[in-house]
Amino acid sequence: MSNIATDTMISLSPSGSQKFMQRTVPLIIFAVILAVIPVFGPSRTMYSLLNAMGVNIVFAMSYNMLLGRAGLLSFGHAVYFGLGGYAAVHAMGAIEAASYGDGGFWAGYPVFFLPFIGFAGGALAGAVIGWPSCRRAGTPFAMISLGVAELISAAGFMFGSIFGGEEGISGDRMNGPEMFGLSLGPINEVYWFIAFWTFIGVLGIYAFTRTPLGKMSEATRDNPERAEFVGYDPQKVRYLVFIFAGGFAGLAGGMSAVNYEIFTPEALSLAPSGMVLLMAYIGGIRYFAGPILGAILLTYMQSMMSDYSEAWLLYLGLLFIVIVMFAPGGLAGIFGGLFRGLRGDNPAASLRQWAVQITGIVLMMISLVTLIEMSVNWSNNYGEVFEPFGMHLPHDGVLTWAVIFIPFVAGVGILRKALKNKEGQA
Amino acid sequence: METIVFSLLNGVIYGLLLFMLSSGLTLIFSMMGVLNFAHASFYMLGAYFAYTISEASSFWVALIFAPILVGLVGALVEKYGLRTVHVNGHVAELLFTFGLAYLIDEVVKIIWGRNAVDYKVPELLDFPLFELFGAQYPAYRIFTLFVALAMLAGLWFILNRTRAGLIIQAALSHPHMVGHLGHNVPRIFMTVFGVGCALAGLAGVIGGNYLVTDPAMGVQMGPIVFVVVVVGGLGSLMGAFLAAMILGLLQTFAVAIDARFADIFGWLGLDATSELGSITIASLAPMIPFLMLVLVLMIRPRGLLGDREL
Repeated sequence: MSNIATDTMISLSPSGSQKFMQRTVPLIIFAVILAVIPVFGPSRTMYSLLNAMGVNIVFAMSYNMLLGRAGLLSFGHAVYFGLGGYAAVHAMGAIEAASYGDGGFWAGYPVFFLPFIGFAGGALAGAVIGWPSCRRAGTPFAMISLGVAELISAAGFMFGSIFGGEEGISGDRMNGPEMFGLSLGPINEVYWFIAFWTFIGVLGIYAFTRTPLGKMSEATRDNPERAEFVGYDPQKVRYLVFIFAGGFAGLAGGMSAVNYEIFTPEALSLAPSGMVLLMAYIGGIRYFAGPILGAILLTYMQSMMSDYSEAWLLYLGLLFIVIVMFAPGGLAGIFGGLFRGLRGDNPAASLRQWAVQITGIVLMMISLVTLIEMSVNWSNNYGEVFEPFGMHLPHDGVLTWAVIFIPFVAGVGILRKALKNKEGQA
Repeated sequence: METIVFSLLNGVIYGLLLFMLSSGLTLIFSMMGVLNFAHASFYMLGAYFAYTISEASSFWVALIFAPILVGLVGALVEKYGLRTVHVNGHVAELLFTFGLAYLIDEVVKIIWGRNAVDYKVPELLDFPLFELFGAQYPAYRIFTLFVALAMLAGLWFILNRTRAGLIIQAALSHPHMVGHLGHNVPRIFMTVFGVGCALAGLAGVIGGNYLVTDPAMGVQMGPIVFVVVVVGGLGSLMGAFLAAMILGLLQTFAVAIDARFADIFGWLGLDATSELGSITIASLAPMIPFLMLVLVLMIRPRGLLGDREL
């Protein structure tokens, strides 16, 4: 009876079962998916695609530690991926040399644990480069990261003994002691290696977001001044987060080193840095699982769509711009909204709204794809013509322009109407 | 002596080209806070437009109409793209222009092909203007110099001596106050963005046949433009001019210097056959801008003549 106040207070913290549902179950599902995939007996191409996805998932997640969690826009994250990867490749070389030579430390080091070396390399690079970069957030940070990326990738081509010049440095993953009975020779064994480390990477990054440092990184993103008043130095918080993000990028680099057995200085340059930015943002930077979606989609597009269309980068750019303009939550935000709508009080109405919007988007896509593919075929000048579903669509055909204009106008009309309805409801 | 004079001339011209390219971005960046990633893509558009127009009519028509076209494209991008993204903050704007750069690069590849186009110096200017130390100096380079100087003078006149320029200057430092005074700030923004892109387009018309017109020209110039703007400082055209000149001269001289690290640091025992010793100064030239960028951001975040920090 003495403390009524505390007795009657409603606890706002999640209950044990809620914690389990929201935090542990998704990770278990993720692990199960990773473990079940080989049951379906994927082909070799599928395996190499899956392996690339695993590497990119960890890379994009590590990038999101900066962009999504800490609010730091970096144009040079591939530097840490690359330096970690180079550390791993050199370690792989050391393992090979040691196992054929006089032994020593490296002879007993399994290739399976090379991502640790990658993590160390990436974190070390982050620790060296991070301190001057993390003084300010925002545009200065973005510009320093850009400058550093250009400097490091230029240096990559200059120091041949470390980076191997144009042809890079290659290694052999089938040396040293075997772990878990995996020789890492055939690609399905490499899959287990990638799956294991993808899970470890995601788990590690998730664990990081639960630490006080992870929470403080979000606080300094939202309000650095207030974080400073509470007694945390924003620069220090950013710096520590930067080191960890560099470390996890290096982990992904280590995975990539074992997967491809080669690293070239291109891995350090602006192009992969831009790609990881696209992955994280298209997936959705405000959601933990967002970058996973983005990494899966972009890796798929990169390897599959580039076979179908030369203009796949154009589609990628369009997708990115549409996401930036109309869906800042990314794919994860779109799925989240869909899910919330279905569980809301009027699932039928929200489903209808979604159907209308999707119709509009599909119509616009038909028009855009026709326009782009027709132009690509025409500009190649090989006399080839875009022929989807048996239709013949040359650049000067009436039908072509009908297929371009009619769906476009219809799509714009439908989307505008849908937008108006939405505003009317709100 | 010969090397010095030629490097000086070429450096000044390259610097002026850089200034033409980045002056527009300085205006845009100081006013709207948008570091336009696609700025160099507008430069590329300028070169390609000029190529197409000069094929159809002449270089002189292109010199006038290509920048105007690029400016119109820029204004449309601002009105229908950037303005929508603006509410989500500067990072979203930066990302939007980042995607736009991808888009423009790909569209250019589709329309004009993946290889360099044959965008030539006009015949009227295709002659050696004078002879220096036995080498002929092309007239087109001097023409570039004059166009850049004319642009600099025109920009200075418009910004400092006309009413529109004064409003723009006011909006640079106090956008809200200008809005309160009844000026249509979004329209000023659109105009400045359009004009900034047009200036990049002009640089493309001039630079496209001075250098080379291919789909990679935007990507090559993109980061260097940022260096000029950041090193020059926010809100300062003079700073951008200074930074562009320093960069142009440094890069040109670095390329001209025929020395290795071993020649300079030989007294420290650096061997010419070692990896570090065999690096030439010329190969460092592409790194100079970024070294400057990082150093300036670390030591003096406001840039050379900037009036506020980034």
